[in-house]
Amino acid sequence: MSTSPALPLAFDETRRSGGLLTGLLSSDLPRSRALSFILLAIVVLLAATPFLFSGSQPVGTAAKICVFIVLVASYDLLLGYSGIVSFAHTMFFGIGGYGIAIALERISPTWSSVAIGLASALALSAVLAIAIGLLSLRVRAIFFSMITLAVASAAAVLASQLSDITGGEDGLSFQLPPALRPAFRLFSEPVFGTMINGRLLAYYLVFVVSLIVFLLLLRIVNSPFGRVLQAIRENEFRAEALGYRVVAYRTAASVISALAATVAGALMALWLRYNGPDTTLSFSIMIDILLMVVIGGMGTMYGAVIGAALFVLAQSYLQVLMGAGSAALAGIPLLPNLIHPDRWLLWLGALFIISVYAFPGGIVGRLRQANPKG
Amino acid sequence: MTASTTTTPALETRGLTIRFGGHVAVNDVSCRFTPGTLTAIVGPNGAGKTTYFNLISGQLRATSGQVIVGGEDITGLAPSARTKRGLGRAFQLTNLFPQLTALENVRLAVQSRADAGWSLLKVWNTRRDLIEQAEAVLERVRLADKRHIAPKALSHGDQRKLEVALLIAMEPKVFMFDEPTAGMSVDEVPTVLELINDIRQRGDATVLLVEHKMDVVRSLSDRIIVLHNGALVADGDPAEVIASPVVQEAYLGVEVARD
Repeated sequence: MSTSPALPLAFDETRRSGGLLTGLLSSDLPRSRALSFILLAIVVLLAATPFLFSGSQPVGTAAKICVFIVLVASYDLLLGYSGIVSFAHTMFFGIGGYGIAIALERISPTWSSVAIGLASALALSAVLAIAIGLLSLRVRAIFFSMITLAVASAAAVLASQLSDITGGEDGLSFQLPPALRPAFRLFSEPVFGTMINGRLLAYYLVFVVSLIVFLLLLRIVNSPFGRVLQAIRENEFRAEALGYRVVAYRTAASVISALAATVAGALMALWLRYNGPDTTLSFSIMIDILLMVVIGGMGTMYGAVIGAALFVLAQSYLQVLMGAGSAALAGIPLLPNLIHPDRWLLWLGALFIISVYAFPGGIVGRLRQANPKG
Repeated sequence: MTASTTTTPALETRGLTIRFGGHVAVNDVSCRFTPGTLTAIVGPNGAGKTTYFNLISGQLRATSGQVIVGGEDITGLAPSARTKRGLGRAFQLTNLFPQLTALENVRLAVQSRADAGWSLLKVWNTRRDLIEQAEAVLERVRLADKRHIAPKALSHGDQRKLEVALLIAMEPKVFMFDEPTAGMSVDEVPTVLELINDIRQRGDATVLLVEHKMDVVRSLSDRIIVLHNGALVADGDPAEVIASPVVQEAYLGVEVARD
């Protein structure tokens, strides 16, 4: 990414498409040296995590970052590119998770169950997204948001009530197909000091699928269709007058976003070998997604990568860091209490407020502003 | 109806009416617009000119009556579907995509006409042809050097030109201009009028023009219709209409005095 040519303008229509990287990134390059470097670092670290760190926590964190990059990027397609505020995004995330969990638990721990689970989840998400879209995207934005909130709440209640199918509040634990189980060995000997087991394969499944879905979303927002979404966000009335059917475009954006979130949910469940209300369906995840989009930078796609990486890392390690700090400051009045691990959410909140105040365009917006050349 | 409307009209309204509560904003307006003619629609403020336009282009739904384009009844269609049938409209209040570049504004219009909006897996800039067409339109409205500037940073006059550019890029059969020179400085007006005249000269475009400046109306139009209190009160040759007592009383008396 750092070798890409400098691009003088945000919308430089004169530039020719060419080159593998430009193609993969759909001509939407990071356009900032610092941003290119950070993105490259994140991708390399995620790709190499199983070989760089020992223990299960780093790989678990990396897998969660991959899943959230897809989840947040798909939400950015809605919020940042289309100007649609939906609170039902975790519902689609949950549908993906439950699709996999129910199929693997109730049918069999095989690849065909994964396929059946994912296909049914995608179908259900598409139907729901179309229904919500056609019924409510005609109304004013605030009512659409309310409707998504109501539908998402109903889905959460339904998931916890239908415990025969969903496992209720306890969720569902299940076995993965044999090739993804920890006992599975691809080679008898370790590679670079790491045994290639099923757990590692599961990680790379999550990584590769996340990468593909992210690049696909990046392509979609830079397609003629994606340009129409941005036009609708800017001036819906004019887009309609230009001959674009606003309701149809918005509904399509909702469906694409919902399908990507469903895939993310499926990956999350596959990685955790479990799905329950707290891992995919809860409203607190919805708030996390919003924070990640805003911190990273709305309407940039790359903001999703940075927002998700930063947020998940903070979630996983801020407590540890604060615990160490608190212990180090033992004896001094007030300070150890202030950075006690239990206060991590307070500090996360403070970080959020500071970042929104200081960088209204998110981290990506700030980096592009500071260093427009890539 | 004048003799010139005997050929198949490009656009026709039949008994077009809209009521807002007890107020009839457009009252039973029947009119045919022939290909290759420029019709000026005049009338005092509040006469229903813009409302009449909104009924034709679909932003408002008629209480009764019909809108017919090229023989097809489009009364029930959404604005986007009417646009696809050849109705193009430039708005009275500048109505653009404020954060996108001038070129992107026009390219979106070209892209709509080319029916390329549903392409999801191509990168937009691989359609060089659409970009080149958009650039040609910007050239025509003399905004080529400002193609990378967003409308919010353009002068009012340039925004009006961009509005006209979007309409030209749509290549409609019927061009609807709603006070295209409103708020423009005196030296910018001729450019826009030349563009409208140019559109009329090329092919058999049907042009509808709402305009307050009587010298503009007189020099450009083939025909004038007069709306007053939502009703069509005069229709015909510009010189005749301007001279008619009903127009003098309803509209022009005031306007001439102001000029």
